[in-house]
Amino acid sequence: MYTLSSKLRLFSIILVIIGALGLTYGFLSAPKTIEDVKEMAAHDAHGGGHGDAKATSGDHANESHVKEEAHGGDSHYEHTLHQLQNKPWAALYVAAFFFFMIALGVLAFYAIQFASQAGWSPVLFRVMEAITAYLVPGGIILFVILALSGFHVNHLFVWADETKVVGDKLLEGKASWLNGGWFIFRAAFFLGGWMLYRHFAVKYSRKQDEDTTGNKWYKKSFKIAAGFLVFFIYTESMASWDWIMSFDPHWFSTLFGWYVFASLFVSGITTIALITIYLKSKGYMDFVNDSHIHDLAKFMFGVSIFWTYLWFSQFMLIWYSNIPEEVTYFITRIEDYKLPFFGMVVMNFVFPLLVLMNSDYKRINWFVVMAGIIILCGHYVDIFNMVMPATVGESWFIGVTEISAVLLFLGLFLFIVFKALTKAPLLAKGNPYIEESKHFHY
Amino acid sequence: MASKVIHALYTDDDVLMDAVKQVRAEHYHIEEVYTPFPVHGLDKAMGLAPTRLAITAFMYGCVGLTVAITMMNYIMIEDWPQNIGGKPSFSYIENMPAFVPIMFELTVFFAAHLMVITFYMRSKLWPFKEAENPDVRTTDDHFLMEVDASHHDVDTMTSFLSNTGAVEIKVIDKQEDNH
Repeated sequence: MYTLSSKLRLFSIILVIIGALGLTYGFLSAPKTIEDVKEMAAHDAHGGGHGDAKATSGDHANESHVKEEAHGGDSHYEHTLHQLQNKPWAALYVAAFFFFMIALGVLAFYAIQFASQAGWSPVLFRVMEAITAYLVPGGIILFVILALSGFHVNHLFVWADETKVVGDKLLEGKASWLNGGWFIFRAAFFLGGWMLYRHFAVKYSRKQDEDTTGNKWYKKSFKIAAGFLVFFIYTESMASWDWIMSFDPHWFSTLFGWYVFASLFVSGITTIALITIYLKSKGYMDFVNDSHIHDLAKFMFGVSIFWTYLWFSQFMLIWYSNIPEEVTYFITRIEDYKLPFFGMVVMNFVFPLLVLMNSDYKRINWFVVMAGIIILCGHYVDIFNMVMPATVGESWFIGVTEISAVLLFLGLFLFIVFKALTKAPLLAKGNPYIEESKHFHY
Repeated sequence: MASKVIHALYTDDDVLMDAVKQVRAEHYHIEEVYTPFPVHGLDKAMGLAPTRLAITAFMYGCVGLTVAITMMNYIMIEDWPQNIGGKPSFSYIENMPAFVPIMFELTVFFAAHLMVITFYMRSKLWPFKEAENPDVRTTDDHFLMEVDASHHDVDTMTSFLSNTGAVEIKVIDKQEDNH
């Protein structure tokens, strides 16, 4: 049995507190009126380093000043005001979604292990089950944020603002799908379905440990895993339209669901590898050998390539056809988000490609940890790129607010996952493939 | 010089694997093992050096990538620039996304084909080559281990091999240059 060390408990609580304080600061320091924005802009013009509102580069600052003059009047300031008011909300949303999607990715990976009757992975099942424990609290938090956004308490979704929908042909056409009530009903349905599978999957897995006769519980696990995967691939796709693609409701991409899936899948697998290596280093999982780490690293490598394939497929077709209403999505990202947009391709593709290509490197734990941390950061930036351009536009910055939001959810994630690890033995000893898994070698 | 080898036949890959380990533990020299299908872990048990085919694959991939870039740059940029979809092709880097599929395909094409050819050459395989299997049953359901017996007592070796689970043991005198 794993016991949660007081150090780790304290560490995660500190992360939550620091994150909550930083995020509160982010909300409080957001400008209230146009006058506040003007004052901030004046500060910047005088070279004062004003944390969050500061532009990211010299070029950028100049560019926004040029625009300011061109716009004239208060309309520009009002625009910036809305962006800056959105900023803490968007930071909260990105972090909440990022950690939720890790748990969801692990849940899908876990179900695939059962549906495919994999023999190599049962020694990792308890780690996967613990990570999916975050699905419930993380999902509830995400649901609350979605409800607040869907009913226009904040301005994250433009379609939630009725004054914006009126007169906009595309938004009027989509209003029967994109409206607060139906949106939140769908979210509840998706989240409820996933949590339901999680509940029974873990229950059956624990029962199988106690009573292995006839593998009765294992067979049930297999059946619900197969059913869940069908449910998942539809609902995950729709959830990614609702929760991410609808930030840009005038734009759509038909492979968006797959793209988000690749992101959440690789983040989930990476987290399994990181937590397994951590537990192994603490002497808890002696039954996990190098070959298990090797296989996880292969998945990290493979799914990273898969993510790149989808990212590029989406990008190239839109770039090549150059249709104004489509290409605007990438023009915003390349003009205002050049560094995160191309930086994420380096972090999510070039880096894992070079570091994890060699077979021997996949067995070196610190190599896998290093690659894993870069991959996780890269996929945070990926979500950032999906959400920020439509919510905060050119006023983006990764500063106190964004980092605090990540720390808050990281602390919560660590606390819940490691707490869940203490609930059951680390080896799913009743699983019929457990012996094969223990002797797995590449 | 005539050398003497023993052919020991097995009917199960697990038995064969154990036998290979025992033979190596006794410090007999295994010349070759003929199997009807790849046996997982046999190369490690026989103590063969790890393959360097992966390194050649990486190098061939780099060659393919270079060929693709050079070729597309010559065809689409230098020799006959065309305006496709409002994108004048006067710069390779600005048109790069359009060339990525070709760069990818040629990388894979070169790596795959040249790696297969390298594998054939390294294994001394070519069209119309006479099979080297000493026994046709190794293409069906038997596993054959060829052990060097030149400097050992044949009787001891025979009894030792039959203890490892061999179903048939043959002593062969072969010329050095008969294959």
